[in-house]
Amino acid sequence: MQKSLRSGIQGRAKFIIGGLLILAAIIYLIVSATQANAEYFMTVDELKSKGNTLVGRNLRISGAVVGDTIQYNPQTMNLTFDIAHVPGDNAAIEMGGGLAAVLHAAVTDPSRARLTIVYNGPKPDLLRDEAQAIITGHLGDDGIFYADSDGLLLKCPTKYQEAVPSQVVNGN
Amino acid sequence: MLAQFGFGVFALTFLLALFSVGAAVVGYFDKSDRWVEAARRAMLLTFPLVTLAALTLAYLLVTGHYELQYVYSVTSNDMPFYLKITALWGGQAGSLVLWSWLMSAFVSAVTLRKWERDRELLPWVIVVTSITLAFFLSLSIFYENPFARWWQTTAGDFVPRMFAPAGAIPVSPADGQGLNPLLRHPGMILHPPMLYLGFVAFVIPFAFAIAALVTGRSDDRWIRLTRRWTLVAWLFLSLGLVLGMRWAYDVLGWGGYWAWDPVEIAALMPWLTGTAFLHSVMIQEKRGMFKQWNMLLIILTYSLVIFGTFLTRSGVLSSVHAFSESAIGPMFFVFIGITFVTSVALLIYRWKDLRAEVEMKSLFSREALFLLNNLMFMGVLIVCFWGVIFPLISELVTGQKVTVGPPFYQRANAPLFGALMALMGIAPLSAWGKSTYKTLGRALWKPSIPTAILPLVLALLGVHNWIALVGFTLVAFVIFVTLFEFWRGVRSRQKKQNENFPIALWRLAGHNRRRYGGYLIHLSMVVMAIGILGIELYQTTTQKTLAVGEDIQIAGYTLRYDSLAQFPYTDGRIVTRAVMSVFQNGKLLGELYPRYDYYPASGQPMTIAGVRSTLADDLYVVLVNWENVSEAQAPFKVYHNPLVNWLWIGNLMFIFGFLVAAWPEREEEKREGKI
Repeated sequence: MQKSLRSGIQGRAKFIIGGLLILAAIIYLIVSATQANAEYFMTVDELKSKGNTLVGRNLRISGAVVGDTIQYNPQTMNLTFDIAHVPGDNAAIEMGGGLAAVLHAAVTDPSRARLTIVYNGPKPDLLRDEAQAIITGHLGDDGIFYADSDGLLLKCPTKYQEAVPSQVVNGN
Repeated sequence: MLAQFGFGVFALTFLLALFSVGAAVVGYFDKSDRWVEAARRAMLLTFPLVTLAALTLAYLLVTGHYELQYVYSVTSNDMPFYLKITALWGGQAGSLVLWSWLMSAFVSAVTLRKWERDRELLPWVIVVTSITLAFFLSLSIFYENPFARWWQTTAGDFVPRMFAPAGAIPVSPADGQGLNPLLRHPGMILHPPMLYLGFVAFVIPFAFAIAALVTGRSDDRWIRLTRRWTLVAWLFLSLGLVLGMRWAYDVLGWGGYWAWDPVEIAALMPWLTGTAFLHSVMIQEKRGMFKQWNMLLIILTYSLVIFGTFLTRSGVLSSVHAFSESAIGPMFFVFIGITFVTSVALLIYRWKDLRAEVEMKSLFSREALFLLNNLMFMGVLIVCFWGVIFPLISELVTGQKVTVGPPFYQRANAPLFGALMALMGIAPLSAWGKSTYKTLGRALWKPSIPTAILPLVLALLGVHNWIALVGFTLVAFVIFVTLFEFWRGVRSRQKKQNENFPIALWRLAGHNRRRYGGYLIHLSMVVMAIGILGIELYQTTTQKTLAVGEDIQIAGYTLRYDSLAQFPYTDGRIVTRAVMSVFQNGKLLGELYPRYDYYPASGQPMTIAGVRSTLADDLYVVLVNWENVSEAQAPFKVYHNPLVNWLWIGNLMFIFGFLVAAWPEREEEKREGKI
């Protein structure tokens, strides 16, 4: 009786220890992978205020494309352009009269903070004046933002999803 | 008129679903079989009704009733017939109709039987399925109405409404915007219905589980009754996932198949719990263990199914799949919350009744290894869940929005997937109950010998990436173990029954379909792993702007840019197509036609890669969509994807293995009265 009880406890102990080890391993995997791969969302202002402390981190930054600054060499596929600061949260964008208005204001306001982006790859068609750019990459020592390959995402504020009928015929 | 008819049918079905919830509850508590029977018959009616509404919508789509906002947003005059049909699930409102339609089909299939033997479960199966159906119908009726039409208000705005706003006049556009070009692909015809079939079919085992909890049945009857539903749900969910991968590979033009997009993860999560469930129910059937765990798994699977639909349909997370933001988000949240809390409360209430019949003894027994397998699936689930909600949590806690990208998932999941592969190799050789490392070792050493040779051979061949070495070794291990199992079974049959090899193999698998079908599915998984290891570890890419006659090199191939053509296609899109010749060692292998299509109606471009696919590798060429593309300069991006074809081959093997595992066994069917 005594013996079987003890072996029962021992039996359970090894499962509990094994389970805890596995749990610890999974937590370790998640924590270490999160630390190594966290990507910080930032606006241009936030990035500028933190300055060089961000060098080397994975960053995702959004802003308005300044059309005159776009330079592209099709032979080397070198693309550089500036983005101007736009507020990060949706409420502020709504307050500013919607995304298109906010982007327009950002580009036409010369006092806005700007950031130079360098990207190596084909120039996307959507890269135009006043487009919203979301760029993943990292900040260099030189204050220039180097985008990852495939790190350039562009959105034009005209969402065709929400468009209303264009060719309307009245009645049924 | 037709739109009002469709809407009316929907409303009627909604009321009918509510009625059967009430009737089933009354029938259960009053012990009145007449009420239960009424509820059953009401549920039987939902399928023809929702079919009628869905057909109405399909008819409106095909005949171009652009006065309806949904029709306007997903079809246009120049779309071919089959695409107008698939437009049914090309948008938010329509995909909810598809959900309801499949749900009603399954509910009717279940209630088609009278369930004399398990009558006590029936009312609660009806309650769970009716509530789920009513929830989805209510979304269509109150929030995402596919039958809403355009009105012009007195202020001059165009609004979609079911009923006329005051003073508004109806408007009818002559043409629609057309389906999102990305969805005009054969993979897209099947991907959403497959995924939804998988999602919806998991509701059935969940409903039986809840019925078992409410009625206090602690045996494995609910599992046996729904085994086939679970298998079917799992098959379609798996196929839906793989079709989605194939679609991404063919259409999105970034050289990959899986981006750890939140919505992809949303579809993967119920697959993870479903797969864990599929394994752990075997333990309950064989040993009477894991009862509470199985309940928890099916509850989680159901919640994740709804959560998956919610993520795709609410616009909470930005992704390629997300439709524009919608009001249905909070509704989903409330529904998931209520169903999850209620189910878990029920489970806690019955917790003691669901205790294991025997205690687990050995760390090396098959049940212990199954438990380990389940823990690994849960580990992957936690990694995925964490990755999806991490941005929300970090924003709440620190105010700083932080996300984790694909490298997070790869890094955290790779060891877990590796452990799962190792378990796939070890578990089939373990024994139930008492099993020590010695008995397990005796079973393992034979297949371990050829496995041990493989990494040495690979290293000599120049493979020095240790992840690749471990990965391919595990693949080989599973293959050897599985073949060894087949061989062992066939040999013993040959000796005992004196059969020749093919007959012995046929009968072995035929008499043990679940087991040997399962082994084939394991094989298919590691074959897929070959493709995944190949593309994940050895993909190379290069890009260059070329003039006609110039070439670009990658992985021993030379691609020469020969010509460029631009022409309109019958459905209105403008095609820009390049011709490239592929050479290897100076020998011409063939031509590739990377192109991009521009859809003027929607302003959407679509990139179609030129792909040369062999068992060894894929050459994947993208003509980059750029306004100044010409014969003098065109930017190309080239990917070399080693072994990726094995991913698709593995999937075909998977279907075969599934058919072996799930093919009805006639005698057993009669004996157990399964559905």
